[in-house]
This record gives sequence, structure tokens and C-alpha cells, in this order.
Amino acid sequence: MSDPVTALGGASFAGLVRIAEMPPRGMITLKGDLSSANLKTAATKLAGVDFPGLRGVLVDGERGLLWMAPDEVMVLLPRAEAADGVAALSKALAGTHHLAADVSDARCLFRLEGAAVREVLAKLTPADLHPDAFGPGEVRRTRLAQVAAAIWMPDAETVDLIAFRSVAAYVFDLLANATDPSGRVDYL
Amino acid sequence: MSTRLSRGGRLIERGAPVEFTFNGKRMRGYEGDTLASALLANGQILVGRSFKYHRPRGIVASGAEEPNALVGLGRDRRFEPNARATTTELFEGLEAVSQNHWPSLEFDVGAVNGLLSKFLPAGFYYKMFLHPRSFWKHIYEPFIRQSAGLGRPPAHRDADRYEHFHAHVDVLVVGGGIAGLAAARAAGKAGARVLLVEQTAHWGGRVADAGAIDGIDAADWVGKTVSELETMQNVRLRLRTMGSGVYDHGYVLASERLTDHDPDGDSHRGGSRQRLWKIRAKQVVTATGAIERPLSFAGNDIPGVMLASAVRDYVTDFGASPGDRTVVVTNNDDGYRTALALSAAGLEVPAILDAREVTTGGLAEEARAQGLRVLTGRAVAKVKGVARVEGVTVCAAAGEGAPIEDIPCDVVAMSGGWSPVVHLWSHCGGKLSWDETQAMFRPDATRAPTGADGNPFVIASGAANGDLAARDVLAGGHKAGIAAAKAAGHTKRTPAAPKAEAVAEGPILPVWVMPAGAGAELKSKMWLDFQNDVKVSDVELAAREGYESVEHAKRYTTLGMATDQGKLSNINGLAVLSQSLGEDIPQVGTTTFRPPYTPITMGAIAGDARGKLFQPLRRTPIHGWHEDHGAHWEPVGQWRRPYAFPRPGESVETAVRREITNTREAVGLLDASTLGKILVKGPDAGRFLDMIYTNMMSTLPVGRCRYGLMCGENGFLMDDGVVARIDEDTWLCHTTTGGADRMHAHMEDWLQCEWWDWQVFTANVTEAHAQIAVVGPHARDVLDRLGGMDVSAEALPFMHWANGTLGGFPVRVFRISFSGELSYEIAVPAGQGLALWKALLDAGEPFGITPYGTEALHVMRAEKGFIMIGDETDGTVIPQDLGLGWAISKKKSDYLGKRAQERPHMTDPDRWKLVGFRTLDGSVLPEGAYAIADGRNANGQRNTQGRVTSTYHSPTLGHGIAMGLVRHGPDRMGEVVGFTNGKAGTIKARIVSPVFYDPEGEKQDV
Repeated sequence: MSDPVTALGGASFAGLVRIAEMPPRGMITLKGDLSSANLKTAATKLAGVDFPGLRGVLVDGERGLLWMAPDEVMVLLPRAEAADGVAALSKALAGTHHLAADVSDARCLFRLEGAAVREVLAKLTPADLHPDAFGPGEVRRTRLAQVAAAIWMPDAETVDLIAFRSVAAYVFDLLANATDPSGRVDYL
Repeated sequence: MSTRLSRGGRLIERGAPVEFTFNGKRMRGYEGDTLASALLANGQILVGRSFKYHRPRGIVASGAEEPNALVGLGRDRRFEPNARATTTELFEGLEAVSQNHWPSLEFDVGAVNGLLSKFLPAGFYYKMFLHPRSFWKHIYEPFIRQSAGLGRPPAHRDADRYEHFHAHVDVLVVGGGIAGLAAARAAGKAGARVLLVEQTAHWGGRVADAGAIDGIDAADWVGKTVSELETMQNVRLRLRTMGSGVYDHGYVLASERLTDHDPDGDSHRGGSRQRLWKIRAKQVVTATGAIERPLSFAGNDIPGVMLASAVRDYVTDFGASPGDRTVVVTNNDDGYRTALALSAAGLEVPAILDAREVTTGGLAEEARAQGLRVLTGRAVAKVKGVARVEGVTVCAAAGEGAPIEDIPCDVVAMSGGWSPVVHLWSHCGGKLSWDETQAMFRPDATRAPTGADGNPFVIASGAANGDLAARDVLAGGHKAGIAAAKAAGHTKRTPAAPKAEAVAEGPILPVWVMPAGAGAELKSKMWLDFQNDVKVSDVELAAREGYESVEHAKRYTTLGMATDQGKLSNINGLAVLSQSLGEDIPQVGTTTFRPPYTPITMGAIAGDARGKLFQPLRRTPIHGWHEDHGAHWEPVGQWRRPYAFPRPGESVETAVRREITNTREAVGLLDASTLGKILVKGPDAGRFLDMIYTNMMSTLPVGRCRYGLMCGENGFLMDDGVVARIDEDTWLCHTTTGGADRMHAHMEDWLQCEWWDWQVFTANVTEAHAQIAVVGPHARDVLDRLGGMDVSAEALPFMHWANGTLGGFPVRVFRISFSGELSYEIAVPAGQGLALWKALLDAGEPFGITPYGTEALHVMRAEKGFIMIGDETDGTVIPQDLGLGWAISKKKSDYLGKRAQERPHMTDPDRWKLVGFRTLDGSVLPEGAYAIADGRNANGQRNTQGRVTSTYHSPTLGHGIAMGLVRHGPDRMGEVVGFTNGKAGTIKARIVSPVFYDPEGEKQDV
């Protein structure tokens, strides 16, 4: 067993906002009937946060729950607990139709910090990032230029972003390019 | 002679002189000038040559509608052709060159085409160049290519950056004139999120024509309103941003010029040159103004003949006079504004020729009161001069052109009325109606572009809506702003609409040909399209030849084509066409308005997608190691996979052979992480997979693997791979590298659209795991050396899998083989992939382990006769063609593709089927070569009976091996067939079994 490594080894860049690849994080895709009390209990017990509503996200440190689709949530938890987390979910949901998969290493996770964070992302994503439309408590599954991504805001000037691991370098290059200090838009 | 006036020019900074060059000549202008106004101020009215006849061309307009003043801007990596001088802001060091002339602007050889114009009528190309056929390639085309065309394309890589930006608004207002400002203010006050974009560098548009607004000077009102808008949190303003196109669902593209006006300035150093705005608007207000129409009189293309509005713009906005003596010719009151402005600037206006018999408007009265000579019922018979206006011959507007008097002048300011800029209204389906009174097409609000909910999402306002008087413009803009905000759900109280002074104007008299009774001689000198050299006579000829549709007439005559897309010529052209056809203008209609409004750069469209951001490059967790160890790459989808690992001094080809031999004789290591991995789980998962795969997956025991085929409903083979049964209701489906996303989508498509009530979940977990194949006779030794789990033949037989640890790594080991050798594929969490790869290399060292690439993989699978999706399949091949009948369940009542595979064509015994080929001389067959049959087909080509799908040199066997499809192939073992080999003739090969290596499968199952 070796310690898991991230795709970019914690790369970072500072421009209009600060971009950093985050350390390994546990992520579990959980599909099932989101209205089921059993599923909600299992998920919230594991994540240590309340169950999110439509497009909602609740995070507390490394833990959290992201609404991903009408039949899917993602559980965030410390990387070392991911495998046990899947086992716990499978046990709790035995006999009910569900799918729980450890996708921790399938993703890259970035944190963007700074007042211009919405504007930097608006260069890359077609999602509406106006504060009236998106802010802390919401998750958006969208795209950044040519690849899929999901974003949420731990606070008003911070965005956490996940994408597929194989395109981590592309995403990092996109973000670094978009955060170039010459590229202020002064719009959002 | 055009020149700079000693005073005036509301947009220029006389304290800030700017130097630039035109055709290498140094000139001076001021900050705030456009290139066009600066050229005029420097006495340069000749700016180019026309497309076909190479006639001298001068500046005609003052805005985006300019057809003539197109220049090449900049040089080398910053060269841009076809830039409009009228919209190019002047900056220090600007370099411009004129276009479409040889050898020089002043003396152009191609102008001889003009002398031949009688022989170059509409449709000339189509008529003349048909015969003889061979002349086209060798004589006609080279000649046309030499003489036609506008600017030359840039020869270098673009030095600048470009970017995109996404914005979502309630109300987008396009156009920052007084209508747009009023609309933005009203919508903003109503509470909507508003974005106001203006294509020029200034707010207010034609505010100089507006008089007073709300009791103050109109220009001051603009300043006050802009300040007010800037303080509003919900309103954003962007200058130099052109609303380019309106698309479905309120999607709008706008192009912002960030540095074009100051390419070397500090404000954007290192930043993007242009920004393409991708806007989602709930409502769009078009406040794009109107464009003045030229008048069609003989010689109207001679430099010095300009739009009346442009003449006064140059004087009032830039203090640049197009000439000393200007004859104004008009059919409406607006032309008088030019006469009055020139007069106020101290310039001479020898006459105003008004085609109307009676003029009663206030502007005409004012002109008369100032002592200007107003001649009603008069027209221009012809313009005198060649490269510059020298005078006009006056005639009766209603007559045939008999001269009444000659008036010397150096400028003719023409006003044929105004056409609303309806482009953005029309892009997404907004319809127009013909306004008889104002002689214009204007937006028909009852037939607006509609959104997904069937409700209109575009509102035209101001001059763009056909409201020409300032009072109506402001009222219309205000109303449009309120309506747009309301449609977007915002209804706060708004202040009263701004009000302008009313000016009484007389009605326009539509004039399409001047004078009305002009004969053929004059009509052949009346230009409709200055850029493309289309004259009244050309459109009339097209009508006579049966081109009744305006779209056909456009293409036949080239009217309204090229960079300006007929902004000046369209309405006049279709009016002439309608007269020729004897139909009303609305019956003839307009050509289609398509985005972009004015050309946008390819760079802006590409945005940041260049260099390393051109496309995502997908990397496996082991990618970096491959890179460090000299991998020769192969693109597979968006992945890069090592093709081979050549050692220093080794060729790629030699490396491939070494890798194969080492794997077959010792042990090799392959990064197989890119293979697709899809989890399928649920009570109905087995039933689902039995439909997705041609063979049975529901019966696969837990712990076992099975190779499977996936077909589309048309029966053709889409993808293949090994399926592992993980537990009672979970399967893991491996796909090809390129098939992962496609096959996952395919599964979800069927689940969501057809079998929505089946209890199945899928998850694409491709990237969660790195997967490493350890292949060769020593594979087990390597794993044993790492230790941690029993991988013996007894504990882990062929086509089984097991979870465990190897060298401390949590792994899932599959005993599957794509090479024919003893083989383990080891999946490990991606974050530990590289560490496992290195551990395997260490453990394998005593056994001579070496990594191998995709080419070795390909050769080894071909030696075994295994098919490859994309080689043996091409979307027309069914599993039965490939001898894969054994993988098609006979027991199942259905699977995707089953019915299709039973159709007569699919069961036709004449279908080409998979076999192996071995050349008689041991050489390698060419990729894709055809097997030749006797005789020739209807086109005189050799008949064919098959083709090569995979072909390699096998280092294991020491000769070329190939797979391919041949008619009745499996029944023709031993037969020799000929294959095409380009000009080298044919190669003979024997039909053999496709399994060249270890046909009994003894090596993989040990």
C-alpha cells in the first residue's frame, strides 16, 4: 500500500484568484431513491451533514453531501474512510436497489479562492454564476471549456471544483489561463 | 480636397495627436479619430478598388455599413485583412494598406476590367466559363483567382490571445444610442439584470441629430444617463462590443474589442485582444439604429459621393471635411441636416437637390431661411469626374436625365432614406413588414422571434424599429425596456420616458432609380453594390433572365455578398428587382439576415482553445512515467497511449519487435488504464446486460469473466470487452478505450428512454482505477514476488478474477488475455497506479520485465486472431462477419441487434467474412488493401472481393500477417488472392486461419 497521490501533486497558481489542487479526498457516488428515509439516514450518518435538496450541497470540512442528479448524491469524506464508507452504505442499504461506488481516485479536486472567483469561472463555464443564481449551498454540474465539472462554494469567495482525474492538467491549465491578471472582466 | 477643419469634432482630442501610416505614407490624426476620419483629414479619399472592375473607391459611410474602405491592418503576426476604416479607431503607430489593387492604389492594371464592363454583366462567370471544359482549370480559374478577392489572408500565426465569457441576463440591450440607453434605464429601474452593449467607443449613437432631451442638450442627456446607469448595481455597460447574432432560446453572441484601439497599451498588457461574449438573455432589446440608403444615379460610385449622414458625421464628430463644396441630393428631410451642418461649419453647399416636388418640413424651411439653394423636383443626372467628384449634372427628377445645369463640387452627399437595422431581429425568425409611408422594412411586432415557451423574446426599438424621430426613438426605447423587464419578471415602477423636442418632417419620396425615367446608358453606371460592382443594369438583367427570387438574384449578381453583406445595397437592389418584375417590394422580400452582423475574427471564435488548451489531453496515472521513459505516443480518443518505448538509438519499429519478443518469451507490462470500466448494478442488471450484449451475461458466475460483444439496434458491432461478475447484482463491464463514454451513454440511453422501469444503475468508474497488464510466461512469477495473494492456476484460473493485495496494494486481479500469453490485468486505485507500476517493474526485473506499448499489443492480438474494434469493425460489420457466432447466444429471445442480424442482407452468404492472410513472399500487406476479383464494375474499376483490416509484421512468426474480410472467406482456406498495392501492382496472399499463434490457446491457460 502506498499513499494515494493526486494527479498533479498539489499544484497551485496565483492570479486573479488562487488555484490549488487539493489533497486526496474520499468521494462516493451513491445512486438510489433519494426520497427513501433509509438512504438519507445512511448518507447523512456517513457524511455528518444534512441531506441536500435539489441542486443542494452541504459541506463541513472534508465531509459533505452533494446533490448530483434526481437519483444520485455524492458523499465527501476523508480519503482513508472511503472504502469503509462504501461498505457501510452497502450494509445499510442491503436489500434496496442502490449503487455505491468509491470514485475518490476518479476525480481531481481544486479549490479557487478570491473575490474574482465567479468571473474567472465565467470564462470557462456556461453556468450562470451571478450571485442571484449561484452561491454557497448550491452545486452545479456543468462544463469547463471542453470537459465536465461540478462546482460548489464553501463560502462567498471560494469555489471547490471537481473534474475527471485524467484531465486534471487540462483543467489546471484552463484555470491558470483564465485567472491571468490581464484578464479582468469587471462584470460579475 | 478633404481636410481637417480648424474647429469642431466632438469625438476627437485635438490636444492628442496620433501618427499612423497608410500605404507607407506617414499621416497624422487625433485621438478619437477613426481611420476613415483621419484619412479624410489627410486628404486621402481614395481608399481601395472595387472587386470586379477595380474602379477607384472612396469612403462612403461612417460606420459598420462601409463597403469600400477596407484595409489591411498591422503586419506579420498582427495582420488583419478587410478591416473597415470607418470602425477602426486610430492609435499611435497604426499601419494600414489598401487592398485589391496592382501595382498601386493610384494606378491599377485591373481597372481595364472596367472598360470591358459591357462584357462582364451579371452571371458572366456562369455564362462564359462553361466551355470548353478544360479551359476552366488552366485559363479561367487562374485568371479569376488573380484578379478577384479582397484582402489577403494573414500568413503568420496570430500573436494575440482571445477569450470567451459567459453572461446571463434578464434583458440584453444591443445598441447604445439614445433608444438603447432609454431601454436599459427603463429595464434597470424595473429591477431587471441588464447588459447594454454598444459596438462603437461612444454612447449616444446619432445623438448629434437629436436636439434637446428632457430640456437639456441631447449629448448632456447621454452623459447623465450613462452616469446613472453606471451607478445601478443591476446594470452593466460595455462599449466596443458588437451584438453579433441572436440564436434560439435567447442565446446571443457579442464580440468585444479589448485592445484593437490600443494594441500596445498598458491597460491590457498580456491580455486578450478580443472577448467573445456568450450571453443567455431572457429578453433582447435591439436598439441597433438605422442605416442610410444611397441613391442610384449615374456615377454614384465615384470617390466623393458619400452618404449624407456620413458627410455630416465627419464634420460634426471628427472635424474632418470630405470636401469644400458639397451638393446634397435627397428624397427626404434628413438630407437637409447635412446641408445645415456643413453650412454651420462654414463649408459651401451650392445646392440641395430634392427629388420631391414639394418640401414643407422644418429642416427644409431652415435651409431656405439660411439662404441655401433648394432645388425641388431635381435629381442628379450624372456625376462628373473619374477618381474624384468634379461636379454634378442636374436634371428633372421625373425625367430621363436631360441636363439642366452643371454644378461644380467635390462632394455629393446622398440621402435615399433610412433602413432600420433589422439584422438581430431577423436572425432568429423575426419577420418584417413594408412601411409604405416611410419606404422601409421594419420589424413586425406581431411576428417576433419566439422562445421555447412560444412567447416573443426580441423587442425592436428606436430607429431599428422604424422610429426615426428622436421623440419616437426615446419613447420606443423606454417602452421596450419596460416590456422586456416585465417579460423577464420585473415590474418595479419606472420613471417617465425621456422626451425630445418634436421636429416636423415632410414625407419621404421613394426613389430607387434617379432620375425616374433613366435609360439603359445611365442605369449601367448606377451602382447598387459598391463592393461587388453590381449595378442597376445587372439586377434588371437578372430579372429578365428569370431570376425572380431575391435569393437567386443575389447569388447570380453577387449583390449584397462579401464582407458588408449588402448593408447599403440590399433594399435598393430588391426595389430595383421588384420594379423589373412588376411586383410590389413586400412580394419580393429581403434576402435572409444571418449572423454575424459584421465579421468577427476567427481568433475570437476559437477563444482560448489553442496550444495546450486546444483539446483536453487525457492522462493515465502512469502518463508521466511514460513521458520520462521516452514513450512514442499514439492518440487514442483524447488519451495519449505509449505506442512503444524506444530505447536510445533504437527505432520505433525495432522497439515494437523487441517488446513483442520480450513479452512472448519473458514478461511485459502494459498500461491498460484507459480501458472503459462501467459498473452495472441492480435487480434487473443481468436481464439488462443480456439485452446489451449478444451473449449471456446473467448466467456468468460471481468471480468469473466473460468476453462480450455489444451491438446497436441495427445489428452492427459497436464495442467489445470482458465482463466480470462482481456479486449477485453487480457486473463490471470493460469497454475499449475509445468506447467508454460512448458505451456508457448507450447503456443510459436504453435505460432512460426504453427500459426506464428496470431497476438498474450504472456508473462509469473508468478513471477510478489504474489497470496494469502483466503479460508473458513469467507473469505469475512477478506477481508471486510481490506477494499477498494466491494467483496460481488453481486459485485463480483463466477467465476468473479475485480481490486481494499484491505487495501491499489493494488490487482486483483479472486473469484475462489479449495476447495469448499468461496474463493478469491488475486494477488498483488510480492514486496508487504509478506506485504499483514501479513495484511491478522492480519485482519483474529478475525476469527481464519491460513495458510495451499499443503497437506490440496490436501485433500480439493479431497473431492470436483477436479482433480490434475500429480495425475489423467500421460500423458496417456484424459479429457474424467476424466468425464470432460463438459469442452470440442462441438461447436468448432477444438482444440489441438480434432482429437486424436476421435481415436478408445480414444473412447473405455473400457477405465478406473474416480470415487471415499470409503473403506468398512473407511481406506485409498494405493497410486497407483490396482483394481483387475478376472483371470490372460499371465505372470501369476493378471488381473487389475483400479487404485487409489489420496487417503487421509478426516478429514471433517472422513474416507478415494480416486479417481481413473476404467473400466466402472461411470456405476458401488455402486459396491465393491478389491484393492491390498502388502502382506497384498486386501482392499475392494465401487465405489462412486468422489465428496464427497458439491456436489451441495453451499458453494463456497455464
